Amino acid sequence: MNVFDEIWAWFANPENWSGYASIPVRLVEHLGYSALAIVCAFVIAFPLGAILGHLHRGGAVVLTIANLIRALPTLGLLTLMVILAGIGLLPPMVALVVLAIPPILVNTYEGIRFVNAGVVDAAKGVGLRGPSILFRVELPVALPIIMLGIRLAAIQVVASATIAAYVGLGGLGRFIFDGLGRQDFAQMAGGSVIAAVLAIATEVVFILIAVLATSPGVLGRERLRFSSLTRKKVAS
Amino acid sequence: MKNKTLKALAVGTAALLATACSAQDPMQSGGDSGGSGSETIVVGSANFPGNVLIAEVYASALEDAGFAVERKLNIGAREVLYSQVENCSISVVPEYNQALLAYVDPQAKARGTEEVDAALAAALPDSLAVLNSSSAEDNNAIAVTADTAKKHNLKTIGDLAKVSSTMTFGGPTEWEARADGYPSIQAAYGVSFTEYKLLDYSGPITIAALQKGDVDAALLFSTVPQISSMNFVVLDDPENALGVNNVTPLVCKQSVPEKAQDVLNKLSKKLTTADLVDMNVAFSLDFRDADEVAAEWVSNAGLK
Repeated sequence: MNVFDEIWAWFANPENWSGYASIPVRLVEHLGYSALAIVCAFVIAFPLGAILGHLHRGGAVVLTIANLIRALPTLGLLTLMVILAGIGLLPPMVALVVLAIPPILVNTYEGIRFVNAGVVDAAKGVGLRGPSILFRVELPVALPIIMLGIRLAAIQVVASATIAAYVGLGGLGRFIFDGLGRQDFAQMAGGSVIAAVLAIATEVVFILIAVLATSPGVLGRERLRFSSLTRKKVAS
Repeated sequence: MKNKTLKALAVGTAALLATACSAQDPMQSGGDSGGSGSETIVVGSANFPGNVLIAEVYASALEDAGFAVERKLNIGAREVLYSQVENCSISVVPEYNQALLAYVDPQAKARGTEEVDAALAAALPDSLAVLNSSSAEDNNAIAVTADTAKKHNLKTIGDLAKVSSTMTFGGPTEWEARADGYPSIQAAYGVSFTEYKLLDYSGPITIAALQKGDVDAALLFSTVPQISSMNFVVLDDPENALGVNNVTPLVCKQSVPEKAQDVLNKLSKKLTTADLVDMNVAFSLDFRDADEVAAEWVSNAGLK
């Protein structure tokens, strides 16, 4: 029996599909940690990035902070949080939120900051003011870039939520850490495979959300038609 | 079924290696000048400070005796480390006699240092050997906070039996199922906790969890410096359920020359549990380098 057969046998074993430590339970726990972390990161990073981008202020500060945060080693931060706060949901949440903030923050800021100045001028020209410009012009136009940031954050969080198991919680990391500790290679590899597939699925889901949420005008198909129209007009 | 496959794999690998080695032997004796005398001794260690420190002590003593030494420290669980010594990728690791015996022969019933060492010598494959055990013990221990010990009047692990049904326990994943692990104290003392929280092996996570009261009792190494700095109480083990666990070098015979074995035996004679605690405190609380702390012990021990 080779390695792949062993991993397959692990997946095929009905014991791994029912009970409190089964694959479905671990999967739901994993998705729960991930969703909570992404929502928290979004609530922190999105408003900050949007407001600073709209005001065209604090770019250097935002980028520097985001890059500094990126340099924090996740496991180190997790251990530090446990030492400060004890075990529980808080330490892995802090570690994952810190992981998810930089892509959302940077992309929101950059996306809004670099919306075509002509478009913003036009919005002012038709009488829109501050918040209206942000919500009705800048955000819709920047949406693909913002969604890209959220997507990157989500993939990273889903792939990293395995660390929750390092401090006694569940999730797919349970299979990886238990398999590693007990030399149960099939279990370890099985857990890793599920986590990897989940990360890819996350990517696909967020690409779909981005396509559905973005205005057709911003997506490019409409712009093509629009630009060919204007060109004709200029020519005539 | 899975275990059988793994064992078959291990046996197969060992057989392959054995043939490879025996095929190489005549060539080596033919070209004797090939520097077999200056062969490097590879010192390995598990991934916790106490073991790393002893490995550094071995390495430092061997270097002092004129051997070329390579360090391969901080390698995962025993399961991984043992296989590395078995195929001679690593020449010597600091082991703990009873824990090693339980790993090589899960059915072994030996208790006490002498019995365990004899059983170990018999149970190990021919390519491996243990050298003399030192009196120094780095043992698994069940610890509680001073408050918990006082509140429930806890002195031995057996005292936990009446209160463990309201308590949680913190320990590493591999200890939960191991022959000399949690099942052993359950059987010996009738201890049964409401939950076994999977934490690290006597590391910062476990220590923090115990200190904050996230777990009521935890598995710690008996030489962890925080036992003194945080006032943890180590519970006595009158039934010897956790074993004796004397520090004992496990060697791959063919890669550790006899003179090097003598050096390690002499070293083991001098090493005590108090030395281990001192070195752990110097390393973990005073933040000194492991190699420096180890070299200091070696020069103070006067091995020559």
